[in-house]
Amino acid sequence: MAYTTLGVIPARLPGPVPVRRCTVDARQLVAVCGAVRQAGGLLHALWASDESDRGAGQLLRVALQDAAGLLILELPLAGDAPMFPDLSVLFPAAGRMQRAARDLSGVRPQGGDARPWLRHAGWPEDFHPLRKDAEAASAWPVRQERYAFVPVTGDGVHEIPVGPVHAGIIEPGHFRFSVVGEKVLRLEQRLGYAHKGIEKRFESLPIVEGVRLAARVSGDSAAAFSWAYCMALEALSGAAPPPRALALRALHLERERLANHLGDLGALGNDAGFAFGLSQFLRLKEDLLRANDAAFGQRYPMDAIVPGGVAADLDEPNRLRLLGEVAPLAEQVERLHAIYDDHAGVQDRFMACGRVEPELAAQLGLVGMAGRASQQLRDLRCDHPHAPYDALAVNLCGHRGGDVAARVAVRFAEALESLRLCRLLLEQLPGGAVRAPVPEPQPRAFGVGWVEGWRGPVLVALEAGAGGAIRRCHAHDPSWQNWPVLEHAVIGNIVPDFPLINKSFNLSYSGQDL
Amino acid sequence: MIHILRQIVRTGIVSEAPPPADEALRLRHKLHDEILRLLGRALCIRQVDAGSCNGCELEINALNNPYYNLEGLGIKFVASPRHADLLLVTGPVAKNMETALLRTYDATPEPKLVVAVGDCGCTGGVFGQSYASCGNVASVIPVDVQVPGCPPSPTAILQGIVTAVSAR
Repeated sequence: MAYTTLGVIPARLPGPVPVRRCTVDARQLVAVCGAVRQAGGLLHALWASDESDRGAGQLLRVALQDAAGLLILELPLAGDAPMFPDLSVLFPAAGRMQRAARDLSGVRPQGGDARPWLRHAGWPEDFHPLRKDAEAASAWPVRQERYAFVPVTGDGVHEIPVGPVHAGIIEPGHFRFSVVGEKVLRLEQRLGYAHKGIEKRFESLPIVEGVRLAARVSGDSAAAFSWAYCMALEALSGAAPPPRALALRALHLERERLANHLGDLGALGNDAGFAFGLSQFLRLKEDLLRANDAAFGQRYPMDAIVPGGVAADLDEPNRLRLLGEVAPLAEQVERLHAIYDDHAGVQDRFMACGRVEPELAAQLGLVGMAGRASQQLRDLRCDHPHAPYDALAVNLCGHRGGDVAARVAVRFAEALESLRLCRLLLEQLPGGAVRAPVPEPQPRAFGVGWVEGWRGPVLVALEAGAGGAIRRCHAHDPSWQNWPVLEHAVIGNIVPDFPLINKSFNLSYSGQDL
Repeated sequence: MIHILRQIVRTGIVSEAPPPADEALRLRHKLHDEILRLLGRALCIRQVDAGSCNGCELEINALNNPYYNLEGLGIKFVASPRHADLLLVTGPVAKNMETALLRTYDATPEPKLVVAVGDCGCTGGVFGQSYASCGNVASVIPVDVQVPGCPPSPTAILQGIVTAVSAR
């Protein structure tokens, strides 16, 4: 799409994925956002960067996704209380990102929801941790938080507060249900409990070591985030990871996708009262993790992907072992798929539950696996394939249903597709080195990594500082876009179906709380 | 139904023996005789994610798979701290979770045990201490046993739990 009539002429950034960048004024920002929205594009991420050490103010960065790839607009903001146009009127997903940018960087949208998002009562309102003059080690006594939930009133309406400590083994967050009888009228989420200052922490780390932290933005997406971080670092420093390393990265990413889908398919069976499904799928997942441990020395790829390549090579006996396990695992997944499909009780719980119609998904900007289950047919591995995906012809798995059953169907299809990709990667594994040198980046060098993780597209925007430091690193999880859609998905459903609906999305708390 | 039964028979029993206790993991000694007398080997655990990356939760969830078969050992996860004998806590304690963790600890009846799981729970890990993070679990509530690892394997977590409930 051409934005030249708006005076916006973006420049292509180096790297394996199509990313363009351009400085804009407030009028151009709104105009380009409007044009992208009109053409069916998305808001991908929104964050701010403190430029006061360069004699400027704050810099607002808005990452949009259009047909050509990613477009990053940079809006310089002056003054001590910088304002920018409220983009939530064009992209509903912008609302929480703008609130987070205000909490962390002190930049304010001109309108929209004025409540804090990541800041609870742990630090004062005028402390903006991502400002360069904000001391990372600052500490305040915790106070009691008073958060203004939106009240729902009427005959027989009552509230059910849940969390932040949940009944299961899951991450912390608060859900406020307004219900009549068993029926949910409204769900309001209060997140940010797992905020642990990741973005500030990045700025204290050497740029080559930041990957350890990136892998821990969301532990179930370690391969996706560490690859995105390395992609950004390699793009801005001019490093070229060898083909064998790229194939092994994809192997890690697909096995991570597979592990998450297997675990969630079991948990979804369990949440529908089918404990057999949990036992069977957790057994398959455990087999997969044990094979990871034998082949790579790690059950989860927490430190597998490193700048310039991968930490560990795959030896020939383990290549053959992993290859030999693909077909039997696919056979077991297909057998369990048939059992799920034939089970009337399970299907009764899955079907028409937590439905997000394709129109609503498009309007709210649902992304990733959940998006594909509501006919939002985007997948970076298909739309903008970088090596090694450019040689694999990944099949996009979509569905029109938008309910739990559709998300289950997409997960089954994606698990089998990942197994097919693992087979291809292992059969065609190139020879050679698994790591290339990474030159020390120039200060101000800016790079972006964009990877289709199991949940959806993850983004890492990285800027180098002086002497091999990180000046700013923003990590974006697709849960930012999808959490607000979950609020819509449960409307009109009954409270006991919430765990099932929630698990069918399985969004990240840590990834959005940062 | 026949397919389900066939799959159960085909799978067989895959459960493995639990690991022995490891005294090196113990941080403090407290009340063991009393706990053993009261609980025997039945143990109820409330898991609290105080701000982890979710990696430790993946491995804690694995304890419920048929290989580790936690419930077969008389150990189960419960939905409320009021039903719990032991808190299994992960993460650096996020500032935004400090109050919730303290309340959960207070709601757990005495005698109670706390096992901190993962490098972050033991030391604050890669996230450390900051405006948003209180650091390790022991800086907020008393901890009996620490299980390092990023994430620790299910066997290591189970070993930490077994250590916490075993006599000195």
